[in-house]
Amino acid sequence: MARKLLLTHIDVPGINTFEVYRQKGGYRAVEKALKTLSPDDVVEEVKKSGLRGRGGAGFPTGMKWSFLAKPEGVPRYLVCNGDESEPGTFKDRFLMTKIPHALIEGMIVSSYALGANTSYIYIRGEMMPQIRIVEQAIAEAKAAGFLGKNILGSGYDLEIYVQPGGGAYICGEETALLESLEGKRGNPRIKPPFPAVAGLYGCPTVVNNVESIAATVPIVNDGGEEYAKIGIERSTGTKLISASGNIVRPGVYEIELGLPVEEFIYSDDYCGGIANGKRLKAIVAGGSSVPILPTNLAMTTAKGEARLMTYESLADGGFVTGTAMGSGGFIAFDEDQCIVRNTWNFTRFYHHESCGQCSPCREGTGWMEKVLHKIEYGHGDISDIELLWDIQRKIDGNTICPLGDASAWPVASAIRHFRDEFEWHILNPRESQTRNFGLAHYADPLVPVV
Amino acid sequence: MLSIQENMTVEFTPALLDSFADVVSRYPEGKQKSALLPILHLVQAEFGWLSIDAMDKVALFLRIKPIEVYEVASFYTMYFLQPKGKYVLEICRTGPCCLVGAERIMQHIENKLGVKEGDVTADGLFSWRGVECVAACGFGPVLQIGPEYTFYENLTEESIDSLIDDLKQKAKNQ
Repeated sequence: MARKLLLTHIDVPGINTFEVYRQKGGYRAVEKALKTLSPDDVVEEVKKSGLRGRGGAGFPTGMKWSFLAKPEGVPRYLVCNGDESEPGTFKDRFLMTKIPHALIEGMIVSSYALGANTSYIYIRGEMMPQIRIVEQAIAEAKAAGFLGKNILGSGYDLEIYVQPGGGAYICGEETALLESLEGKRGNPRIKPPFPAVAGLYGCPTVVNNVESIAATVPIVNDGGEEYAKIGIERSTGTKLISASGNIVRPGVYEIELGLPVEEFIYSDDYCGGIANGKRLKAIVAGGSSVPILPTNLAMTTAKGEARLMTYESLADGGFVTGTAMGSGGFIAFDEDQCIVRNTWNFTRFYHHESCGQCSPCREGTGWMEKVLHKIEYGHGDISDIELLWDIQRKIDGNTICPLGDASAWPVASAIRHFRDEFEWHILNPRESQTRNFGLAHYADPLVPVV
Repeated sequence: MLSIQENMTVEFTPALLDSFADVVSRYPEGKQKSALLPILHLVQAEFGWLSIDAMDKVALFLRIKPIEVYEVASFYTMYFLQPKGKYVLEICRTGPCCLVGAERIMQHIENKLGVKEGDVTADGLFSWRGVECVAACGFGPVLQIGPEYTFYENLTEESIDSLIDDLKQKAKNQ
């Protein structure tokens, strides 16, 4: 079995409580950091670990931390992003439910490294049960002396508060999250200034994903170099993958980065293959925003190498033949699924979630949704495919935040890889209402990629 | 879109005001507006929805303008600006849940309750609506019921039937 760092004790009864978590070696990272390391030492370990942001962007966490401005007399904030809303992603919910103290311990270590004395965990409002669990964990940690004034006699003070969201995908974007935390609409801010300079209440702020923060615990415990030994190249450590769709064993899996995609799908240690004896048609590897890939390209890069679960290998071939790691939201589509319908569904999602600030996204997502709806329900015109291509191209890169890009990529990739399915829908409007296109040659691993 | 069908005068109890003050204490001096989203959740849990009067009173409490409350309440999808059923069944309608039958489940709920999406049943007990991804894709189809957002996973027609029956029974016993 692969090495686990975050979910090692996930099956231990009562691991959600302070007592059991502590018995299993929990809060050692806090003791080590506060008693033997300076804040800069902790930053250095995280840099050495090569940890990359687990929320989707994959930006090196240590580098993000080193950008934090430190003007005299101005408070600094750490804000944890638990607004998990990317379709296909449910790892943070899992982590917070099962082992909330891993997040709290990581929050303490990370806040210490950044010199923050007040930190917030922003959790999407629909996760009320998880909000209760995390608040309970904070109370337990505080009662045990790991939060509050003068933690473990180190002179370091820290309070952590949970902030519920109000139901908005856009608040997963870090500046929208900060706006929301300030009690406003979740409209992303224009950058620069970046949050590292002017974030929460205009103060220097770091925003990190739940999983990234939890990953600082093994990094402090074992050292950054040890963490960096796991994985391949610039994809170090372990990653939580949320697996959903038409697979035998949906759920959250901790993988060592570098695992072949094929093994992840078919091994009984992970997804366990495609459900109901069907064949795999396509995958989305990192949440709905990343390009969808037909089976052949999912398993093998255009160069003919086995595709691996790493930031580099998933992105191999760029957006023409590759995809992205994203948030690790892995969705499998079997041969009975309709790519047109799914693309319409995802586009409706982005239209619904667009904050409305930038015209290309506000108008473009709605326009694409209408066109896709038209095709799906048998009223499409062959020129609609070029129209969709044109709209997505004009959204991509032309908005304040990446939601615009995220709405464009699924449409672009669906057309790029599944154009014949779109054409079939349009040319067979009646038939497409009664049956699906099915598994076409492009999804057959035996047919070489053109 | 902010569309107000009716208003409802509300009175905040001392206990509720205490919980507001507890939320405000999490933020630095002068940043009490940060408490807006959590306080709106508390108000909605108490009264079932956010009336104009409730929002105005929140504005007064936080020393901000009413428009600052309306613009937030109308932006986020969790806040109800008109009365809903006692139990609002929110079914995830995004891609991964649809791969495992969410659309069929929504159709079943519509048939079972006999009301369209967003409407309230005649007995005032139920509303339902499709919501976007609730981050439980591996356990789909899923639905959630506020204000505690209890989750019901791996839904089937049968589990929906027994859930609705259970809720009816629960309401009767209250």
